[in-house]
Amino acid sequence: MISYRNVSKKYNGLEAVSDFSLEIENGEFFGLLGPNGAGKTTLIRMTTTLTPITQGEIYVDGEPIDRDLTAIKQKFGIVPQYSTLENDLTAWENLELHGRFYGIAKNTRRERIEELLEFTELTDRRNDTAGTFSGGMQRKLMIAKSLMHGPQIMLLDEPTVGLDAASRRKIWDLMRRMNEDGLTIFLTTHYLDEAEALCSRVGMIDLGKLVMLGNPSEIISQTGKFALEYFKEGTTHQELFEEKEPAMEAAKLLQCDFKIRETNLEDAFILITNKGFGA
Amino acid sequence: MRFNAVLWKEWIVFRRKWLSITMSAVVGPLLYLIAFGWGLGNTVSVGEVSYTSFVIPGIIAMNSMSTSFGVIANDINISRIYGKTFEAIMMSPIQMRTFTVARVTGGALRGLYTATIILLVSFLFHRDITIDAYFVIVLVLNCFVFSAIGFIAGILINSHADMAKVTSFVITPMSFLCGTLFPLDRFPKVLAIAFESLPLTQTVKALRSGVSDPSYLMSPMILAIYLIVFMLLAIRICRRAE
Repeated sequence: MISYRNVSKKYNGLEAVSDFSLEIENGEFFGLLGPNGAGKTTLIRMTTTLTPITQGEIYVDGEPIDRDLTAIKQKFGIVPQYSTLENDLTAWENLELHGRFYGIAKNTRRERIEELLEFTELTDRRNDTAGTFSGGMQRKLMIAKSLMHGPQIMLLDEPTVGLDAASRRKIWDLMRRMNEDGLTIFLTTHYLDEAEALCSRVGMIDLGKLVMLGNPSEIISQTGKFALEYFKEGTTHQELFEEKEPAMEAAKLLQCDFKIRETNLEDAFILITNKGFGA
Repeated sequence: MRFNAVLWKEWIVFRRKWLSITMSAVVGPLLYLIAFGWGLGNTVSVGEVSYTSFVIPGIIAMNSMSTSFGVIANDINISRIYGKTFEAIMMSPIQMRTFTVARVTGGALRGLYTATIILLVSFLFHRDITIDAYFVIVLVLNCFVFSAIGFIAGILINSHADMAKVTSFVITPMSFLCGTLFPLDRFPKVLAIAFESLPLTQTVKALRSGVSDPSYLMSPMILAIYLIVFMLLAIRICRRAE
């Protein structure tokens, strides 16, 4: 279990994360959502000990995290937003290096590399250097690398950002399979559809504060079931309705193009914070 | 095992790029040897020795220093700022002290490789070079000291442009002012004393005089102190790096 207790982070007096408390249960698929700059990456960086915590504490299975506590680090599989692959090493060598860093015995290491290359469909590219890989393939290799040491918790910081639709879906499948295998998944994303499709529970963060927490469908149902969306006077407007009929009635009064659709997590976020994603 | 993992990666990269590494290790020293060895070597002498004999230890010390420093400083700096592979290390269970010592060792080994290449090239110009255990120990210490300094620079400096400034304002002046190409007694006394305390000066002095100098243990001892100080500093900085 990961436990955040009143965690805050300040950069030069500016608060990136503010009094953040949360518990993520073992085996959970948790998604942390928020616009760019909301504090998602800072949270991941504090969890992985890359960034020191200004105030509060983070516990993993009851133990406080620390950069030199190797036992806790063994529990994490980490996929950052950007590639941390050694571009001069092949896919196989990248996994081998990771296995050596984590102290995995030679035979186990070799078996695990074969399994993971197959799992991520990279067996054919095993001898190519990581620098020659496409963005999607690099991300898959990063996932393979993060799984090498058999972690219990996967921390994925916007793992699908910048990927095309097909690659995104493949990464989704990999994440689902990891969760099915019993891994706790902590995913940060600003793609609301991703969180809706994958996560059993989501938290919404804005300006470093946790502003909503719950099951995606519960959160959506709190906002209303239908959204009337229209573009007028240079701005996109939206109104939320419990039933479709009132939405259609309201649309009839509009003298512009409109769309009525089912509500989603983005509507919930806009309702709560009065702003959109990707801002 | 984790110490070996860091060196294993260095070895793989070295194996993949050995030709370009070797060529770049040869070009600079070769030009120095041609200019100062062939060009001046037979016509000029320093004290009782020919200029070629005088300058070869200086060139070996200078180039092993710049390789040990440059390889590690640039690699750490790039892996922190651009490649982000440094973050992968910090997230992994490797102890920061193990990582620091292993990377410094990797940089020092590259410096020693360069020194070996220069020695081999030097034999083309001058056969009378004594390589004994003392020579090797001093060279190893020199490479470790500058590799540790390179590690610190790689972590503390936040842009590639600033790294170039360190080379221009620290490494390059040291290359010329530490008795590598001419004796320190040509400087005003105050400057000579200041330059005498630098690690490269101690290396050049020890490589040149060998065990024939009555105070021959002094230079390796000074280098060892530099190494301990810079290594401890490197570990401390690595633990606090963000």
